[in-house]
Amino acid sequence: MNELTAPAAPPAGQEPAPGAGETPSGPEAPPPITPEKTLQPAQWGMICFLASEAAFFCTLITAYLTFLGSAAADADPKPADALKLSLLVIASTLCLLSSSFTVHKAEGALRAGRQGGFCLWWGLTILLGVIFLTGTGVEWRELIVEKHLTISRNLFGTSYYTLVGFHALHVTGGVIAMSVVLGMGLRNEVTAKNHLGAEMVAWYWHFVDGVWVVVFTVVYLVGS
Amino acid sequence: MAVAEQTTSEPKPDAAAEHGPEPGSLLDWLTTVDHKKLGLLYIFLSLFFLVVGGIEALLMRWQLMWPDYDFVTRDRFNALFTMHGTTMVFFVGMPILIGLGNYFVPLMIGARDMAFPRLNAFGLWATLFGGFLVYFSFATGGAPALGWFAYAPLTEKTFSRGPATDLWALGLIVSGAGTIAGGVNFIATILGMRAPGMTLFKVPFFVWTMLWTSFLILVAIPPLTAGLIMILLDRNLGAHFFDAQNGGSAIMWQHMFWFFGHPEVYILILPVFGMVSEIIPVFSRKVLFGYEFMAAATMGIAFVSLGVWAHHMFTVGMTRTQDLFFVASTLIISIPTGIKFFNWLATMYGGRLRFESPMLFCFGFLSMFLIGGLTGIMLAAAPFTFQLSDTYFVVAHFHWVLIGGTLFGTFAGIYYWYPKMTGRMLDERLAKWQFWLLYIGFMLTFGPMHISGMLGMARRIYTYEADRGWMFWNQLTTVGALIQAPSFAIFIWNVIVSWRKGKPAGDNPWDAWTLEWATASPPPSYNFEEVPVVHSRRPLWDLKHPDDPDWKYEHE
Amino acid sequence: MSGVILMRSMLLLAVGESARQNVSIFDPASPQAESIRNLGILVLAITGGIFLVVEGILFYTMFRFRRGAPPGPLVPNPDPKVPPPVTVEPAGTSPEPPQVYGSKPIEIAWTAAPTLVVLILLLVITRTLWEIAPDRPEPHEGDNALFVTVIGRQWWWEYRYDHYNGRPLGFTTANELHIPVGRDGKDYPVYLTLQSADVCHSFWVPRLAGKTDLIPGRTNHMTFHTATAGLYVGQCAEYCGTQHAKMLLRVNAQPSEEFESWLRHEEQPATDVETVREDKHVFLKQSCVNCHLVRGTEKDTPARRREYAPDLTHLMSRKTLASGIIVNDVKTLRDWVRDPQNIKAGCLMPAFGLSDRELDSVVRYLLTLR
Repeated sequence: MNELTAPAAPPAGQEPAPGAGETPSGPEAPPPITPEKTLQPAQWGMICFLASEAAFFCTLITAYLTFLGSAAADADPKPADALKLSLLVIASTLCLLSSSFTVHKAEGALRAGRQGGFCLWWGLTILLGVIFLTGTGVEWRELIVEKHLTISRNLFGTSYYTLVGFHALHVTGGVIAMSVVLGMGLRNEVTAKNHLGAEMVAWYWHFVDGVWVVVFTVVYLVGS
Repeated sequence: MAVAEQTTSEPKPDAAAEHGPEPGSLLDWLTTVDHKKLGLLYIFLSLFFLVVGGIEALLMRWQLMWPDYDFVTRDRFNALFTMHGTTMVFFVGMPILIGLGNYFVPLMIGARDMAFPRLNAFGLWATLFGGFLVYFSFATGGAPALGWFAYAPLTEKTFSRGPATDLWALGLIVSGAGTIAGGVNFIATILGMRAPGMTLFKVPFFVWTMLWTSFLILVAIPPLTAGLIMILLDRNLGAHFFDAQNGGSAIMWQHMFWFFGHPEVYILILPVFGMVSEIIPVFSRKVLFGYEFMAAATMGIAFVSLGVWAHHMFTVGMTRTQDLFFVASTLIISIPTGIKFFNWLATMYGGRLRFESPMLFCFGFLSMFLIGGLTGIMLAAAPFTFQLSDTYFVVAHFHWVLIGGTLFGTFAGIYYWYPKMTGRMLDERLAKWQFWLLYIGFMLTFGPMHISGMLGMARRIYTYEADRGWMFWNQLTTVGALIQAPSFAIFIWNVIVSWRKGKPAGDNPWDAWTLEWATASPPPSYNFEEVPVVHSRRPLWDLKHPDDPDWKYEHE
Repeated sequence: MSGVILMRSMLLLAVGESARQNVSIFDPASPQAESIRNLGILVLAITGGIFLVVEGILFYTMFRFRRGAPPGPLVPNPDPKVPPPVTVEPAGTSPEPPQVYGSKPIEIAWTAAPTLVVLILLLVITRTLWEIAPDRPEPHEGDNALFVTVIGRQWWWEYRYDHYNGRPLGFTTANELHIPVGRDGKDYPVYLTLQSADVCHSFWVPRLAGKTDLIPGRTNHMTFHTATAGLYVGQCAEYCGTQHAKMLLRVNAQPSEEFESWLRHEEQPATDVETVREDKHVFLKQSCVNCHLVRGTEKDTPARRREYAPDLTHLMSRKTLASGIIVNDVKTLRDWVRDPQNIKAGCLMPAFGLSDRELDSVVRYLLTLR
């Protein structure tokens, strides 16, 4: 087994020294191997996962837009009646968007080794996420109780609750994941040396934010 | 088991292997996160479902032996073809390819495991339990009778009342999650864990195809998941996505399904292209001809396959311009596929061909997949498909691709790698029996289907009129199926018997050139004692021919 | 079940048609189907050619280069016009054949050749596409065109006759489509509007045209015309549930006079035969009329939605029952009314448990609906 890997190879290890294998005797030596620059597997994994999530949301958005076009013959309430660019929606959107900034600050603090700063910013992000979810909850209560819009009411309700609901579900997942990281951060299990997990959660959070920008545009700006 | 024997005779650099349950015990197999064991479990899973799906096929064939026969009737027949399709695509085709990928991608790139071993285990169990969920419908009063593409609004509560449809959708969501986990894992492994010197364009071709298969998994499965969720919302919360009576769109489901469905075909065939591209060079004793073009063709297929889906929907009444777009994209995808085919031929040309079992099945693949590809070109001609769509011609076409292509190629892969996985050779005599029974039975089964389709026989009918002149062709088909059946029995017998009694294989029985052959058979749990360093696509060729190594001639 | 089989073999004899129905896509009876057939033959020829060449190369290669084949001359350069590919002689006594890593000119050649084929195919396909789906005109007098709305239902066909030769029609029939055939070089085109009342179906009569789906919430169109009178059969070609296999299609192409007299007859309300007055009342008292309409009897029964089931106004002018699966005569009609589930299990018409007397009355009345 050993002889099979050895001869053409420089001393084993992930990063062979430049020019390794240039032994004077024997056949011509292969060109030196330059270590390849690539992301860590975890980072690739997260990118792939987010790509599949993007495909998922694209489908929901396409469905939303499809039914928006045919909503004329639909039962009331129509998107324009039900959805308003109210203070509540704008405020919760701003909360979610600014949470991208706070999570970025948290990451910076973590990398710089400021554990306290990390926990603070990270906690703030969670808080903003929770505020966003609360905002969604208040809006849904109003839609259901006052405007009688449910998922089975009409096509608008069907596609609206599905799209916004799945986004909110993802925010909830993010809040839970971030709470776990915060707990680990407080116990010094997430530190400057061990920050990859936190970074991945932050990537996910940025993604969820980005999805909201699209959903917000489609549902509140284009749709109503 | 065999894996365990090996580890005891080898030193263990990995401390991780010391803990946990007794190697080879049942608990070990149930809790394993080792990519090789998971790979084997994936393969066993799909062989199990292969038998189930095969029995379903035989029952259907017997029913169609005579017109107006009532061996299995109506809903039971409709459930059979639904479950046969679902099983073969989701619980045989994908798991067996993901399983082989799982076992060999890390070995071929000189890694010690997949990037996320526990996610890997999740993928396996999600696939298995997804399959169980779908099959559980039998216990609730009948399997879903929808057809595997379950056209809305048949899936609405109005038209299928029982829980079978919910279980079907739920099962596919769960197994889809497992498949996505597999795709994520493959990409992370391939992009982040290659051995030193193995740049992205020096990976073995199978690895390259697994990379693009995984890309397709990531892009294609989520829309299906979204569609299945919509079905569940419609059925259980009263949503109206596909509820045409209330403005929902029946055709949106078709778009969603086929946006998944067509890339799915390439998910099922790209890894096979990869395997064949490993095996043909080794058994021709020549390097793969035109690696760069093959690689580019794979990429091209992956991207173009995302833009051809509506060729499954030529009859839904699209505009002529839309028809034409999908005709064009479908014809275009035949070009990279053709390039691959010619490159395989060129690889064999001037070689020194050995026809041991892996190459025999490669021959089966080449000679049959060509036909499947050509009938695909016929079906790309939209007006011709106005006649042929949803007939037995289409059934013949995709079986020719999925059996003639995927299955023959996968058998080639299993015969090629079985010695590596178990340390023992499969029996060559049984292999020849299996091959010829399958080859002849296959042609006899699906060849006549082309004709019954052109004679006007629609698919998914549980019986047919005596006066249509289809009986003879159906009887040929059924006889063909009966000839095929024993070939699968022989294969499974061969796998079981050779596991303990096969001829010992040694590390590199085929004198092959990629890294998996540089370690023991079966490989120790840590795969490689030292992480190998490579300079070319054929590290073991370089080793054997130090005067003429590959790296002198490869360019990226 | 064997009873059904017997009944169905009787169908063959009773209807008196040739023992074999022709449903081959290669035996077109309309210019539309013919155009597709011609395209099909061309595509078959092209792919057949490719098949022979490639499979030939494969078998030659396998035979010529099998291990143990007599050593021939050195591998010839496959294409003399291109420079020889990079070739490496194996080292020393190694038994390996020369390693050929690839060749850009060859790759370009076999990319270009299929591309050319693809281009040709694309042009031919485009032509056929435009040929078989001409734009749909508005009905006007003198066009000799028949406009029918076809509604797919689980598991039968509803035909609403809209216009003929510019004249509005507005009657409904089921399962057997009647169309006129052209004569003296004059076409009698048929324009179908395709809709579905429940799930997806597909209208497919292979000798007349390619199939087009009937999709709920969507309206599709298709067109064809034929110059040959006769019966054209087909069946639903999109899986639509339990009895998908028994959703057969029958198209009667008739000379135009014959068709026009059929048309005039169908437009009439149901005949009111004195001798079956009693039986008619029995029929109207049953729940049959909740779903089935007999034109001319509406005033006798309260208005109900009668669009769920075939219009019975001229039931006996149809040769078959249950979407073409059994012949329509006294015996089968009686069997059908007694228990449709026995003949076409799963269909939406249940057995109503009529007494023999009621059954006799209903059948007697139905038999008068010529």
